[in-house]
Amino acid sequence: MNAQVETKPHPRIEATNDFVVKFANVNGSGSASANELFARAILRMGVPVSPRNIFPSNIQGLPTWYEVRISERGWLGRRGGVDLMVAMNPQTWDADLKEIEPGGYLFYDSTRPLPASKFRDDIHVIGMPLTAICNRTYADARQRQLFKNIMYLGALSILLDIDAREIKRLFAEQYKGKEKLLDSNVQALELGREYAAQHLDPIGLHVQRADNVGDKIFVDGNVAAALGCVYGGATVCAWYPITPSSSLAEAFQKYCMKYRVDPETGRNRFAIVQAEDEIASIGMCVGAGWNGARAFTTTAGPGISLMNEFIGLAYFAEIPVTIIDVQRGGPSTGMPTRTQQSDVLACAYASHGDTKHVLLLPEDPHECFEFSAQAFDLADRLQTPIFVLTDLDIGMNQRLTAPFAWNDARDYDRGKVMTAAELEAGKDFGRYKDVDGDGIPYRTYPGTHAERGAYFTRGTSRDPYARYSERGPDYVYNMERLLRKWDTAKSLVPQPILRGTGGEAHDGVIYYGSTSPSMSEAIELLGKQSLVLDTLRVRAFPFPDSVGEFIRQHERVFVVEQNRDGQLRTLLINEFGIDPARLVAILHYDGTPITARFIAGAIAAQMQPAKAKENAA
Amino acid sequence: MTYIAKPKLHHPTLACNAIGFRRRDYEGKISTLCAGCGHDSISAAIIQACWELDIEPHRVAKLSGIGCSSKTPDYFLGQSHGFNTVHGRMPSVLTGANLANRDLLYLGVSGDGDSASIGIGQFVHAIRRGVNMVYIVENNGVYGLTKGQFSATADQGSKSKKGVVNSDSPLDLVGLAMQLGATYVARGFSGDKKQLVPLIKGAITHKGAAFIDVISPCVAFNNHAGSTKSYEYVREHNEAVNRLDFIDVRAEITVDYAEGEIVDVTQHDGSIVRLRKLSADFNAHDRVKAMNYVHAAQAKGEVVTGLLYVDPDAHDLHEHFNTTEVPINRLGAQELNPGAETLAKINNSLR
Repeated sequence: MNAQVETKPHPRIEATNDFVVKFANVNGSGSASANELFARAILRMGVPVSPRNIFPSNIQGLPTWYEVRISERGWLGRRGGVDLMVAMNPQTWDADLKEIEPGGYLFYDSTRPLPASKFRDDIHVIGMPLTAICNRTYADARQRQLFKNIMYLGALSILLDIDAREIKRLFAEQYKGKEKLLDSNVQALELGREYAAQHLDPIGLHVQRADNVGDKIFVDGNVAAALGCVYGGATVCAWYPITPSSSLAEAFQKYCMKYRVDPETGRNRFAIVQAEDEIASIGMCVGAGWNGARAFTTTAGPGISLMNEFIGLAYFAEIPVTIIDVQRGGPSTGMPTRTQQSDVLACAYASHGDTKHVLLLPEDPHECFEFSAQAFDLADRLQTPIFVLTDLDIGMNQRLTAPFAWNDARDYDRGKVMTAAELEAGKDFGRYKDVDGDGIPYRTYPGTHAERGAYFTRGTSRDPYARYSERGPDYVYNMERLLRKWDTAKSLVPQPILRGTGGEAHDGVIYYGSTSPSMSEAIELLGKQSLVLDTLRVRAFPFPDSVGEFIRQHERVFVVEQNRDGQLRTLLINEFGIDPARLVAILHYDGTPITARFIAGAIAAQMQPAKAKENAA
Repeated sequence: MTYIAKPKLHHPTLACNAIGFRRRDYEGKISTLCAGCGHDSISAAIIQACWELDIEPHRVAKLSGIGCSSKTPDYFLGQSHGFNTVHGRMPSVLTGANLANRDLLYLGVSGDGDSASIGIGQFVHAIRRGVNMVYIVENNGVYGLTKGQFSATADQGSKSKKGVVNSDSPLDLVGLAMQLGATYVARGFSGDKKQLVPLIKGAITHKGAAFIDVISPCVAFNNHAGSTKSYEYVREHNEAVNRLDFIDVRAEITVDYAEGEIVDVTQHDGSIVRLRKLSADFNAHDRVKAMNYVHAAQAKGEVVTGLLYVDPDAHDLHEHFNTTEVPINRLGAQELNPGAETLAKINNSLR
């Protein structure tokens, strides 16, 4: 059978350890595990990869993609463009074909011949009759489908020089104790390898062993955040299933079952409720936080919308609660399986009345772990809701990240809690009284003392002793105190990361969250064009003063975000009273993760005219 | 809401309970509700029940939503922590609080607008979960604080003070509670304290979701002719299916009852709820029959009161969750943090 389609000779892309492979599949076809094996095997060869799932809000039958960037340099953002397309989905054939870079490669199932018009003449086509081989080899329909994936993995390992021993080792880990499955997978892999070795022409893309992975771990942000919650001492989790956050609550459950069961009694040191909706989820967290437990909920934009009233209560009644928002494309149902940073304003000023909330903005799974753990300390210390804002790109894609770290000497900061002994000794207790000048009052847990320390918690205005009051001065005292607390928060939240050029740059860039890996790469791309910028990665709101200083020190600051309206830029303008003209929005919001090429292109387009002017002068 | 505290003066002759508290120690601030409001009678019944049960006031957490009824936790148990949450969402806050510390007594006070209208979803799910709590709805069929609009428990055909006739069919909270798996379901009348206090005591000692619907007439907006939640209407149509006596484990049983009319229910803590049957064909142990009985009476315009259903062997949410005996809000890093060594192993598994 000659499945190869004749194409005109074209200069082919030659690259080692630096290219992009994209798999176009149908969801529910079992491709995900084969694709993940592909990425992991390369990782085991010491070459950094960053895979991204691009999937529909659907269980079976719709297009899904898995894009793997292989980068010895360790660039973990999306690059843009595809060097090798593994086109396994006829539904998306035309669009998939278009994405291939000129000189790139197309790998497809050539069981049924396709007319020449279905191809491009500037790419190299590799056909392999996968269906035919599977139908010949397997009688069972499910096996025919599943092993097709393993077979292309085998073929790719030949074409790209991926060490098959690494794949087999991964199989062995995956199918430990299930020898039958192990053998059949190895067999399918070998079949794919044999065919490729005998029938397919070599290509210009190669993986070569390197030593650039180091001690990094490969994990998604939701798992990392869940683990952060375990380490941060969360005991109550109330949640409602919503993409892309559900796997976070499920991972928390998994880790709790493993690490949070009292070894002596077999009883659980945690309580997880799948609530009836997001309102109940946050309500339970507020109740648990009020009663001295560390509680969190995990959600996405629509959940935040529903939680608003409770967020206002927690702010005003000063109750610790942690909310992890794995952002997706909004507004409304928006793009539930696509990524965005579009809940920034909705979270920063959530609920009616004058409110402001602490936001933590992790860049990767490592920080998802760190910030989630820290959120509980901050919530207790500041007695207020703490938001951890991640997004689908970080949350649901496995990412190479620095290993998690914990210092056993670190204890939890439970904040200002007045004890029974202090109450007994006659210490004055005013629930909403600013004793220390930092705006943070003392609280008591219910049931602490028989005669002292009880108070009535309410969303209505009150005096410093928690007595209902609608007197203007009482109300103003309280609102001013909340602002003092806000100032205190500035020094407690993660501080921004500055990467300066030492005065060389006139322009600066501010960015945050999942934009980070692409931003780092974009700075290098811009540097190659002699465009230099200082960068500041914002890691939290309220903004520490250093953020305002950074803006003041630069003539122009680009604010790179993944939303339509420049939400962080709006926050910066609002909080610092900055002339909007000085902050230039660089926005990417089509639901795909922002790429280095996009950032570099957009910033260069803004900077070049300025540069031209400079040269003229 | 009030900021007027009651003076803390005790007459030396006032009786103390077993733990040395006087009844007044269970009171709260002065009520700001209308004179004659049924809700104040319910507060008084709660105070009486807690005093008689020798409950340490500070071991009670009282939670409410928004509305006239939800203001009342300020008017009883002044030594307890209270939480006036948001409208219709008391059940979720109570659930979370209960998860944090299983050792306190959770008393949820709500109204018909708060629980049956805006909060029906949370009411339903808290009951479904079997949260160990006493959930009291002070049911008057109207929104009092906003001056007399119908709530979801207003009977179809009942007339508002302004003369508007309610065309929606009513939600029946006791029927719902029984269907949803509440393990202690009762209905009382704020005008019958003798019946209400033992009902509350039985609910407090019950381990599981205990729900009491208390018909509590609104003197300002729903106590007129044409209302089915007025004092007059409820007195005329009240069909008490049983009388309940709460018998403390420590107290000697002294009252004699006629054979065949008595059902003793031993509660989780050993206390006994003694039911004197008033209706021969009512059985508070048969959930389905009790539901039918209540619905049939309702169709005739009768208001069935008493202990309607009880399962003394109920399990609560903590049992379902297999949580530690030690309240989880008392666990520290020692018990909660898996430590650096474990984290190193987790890191290894992710390579």
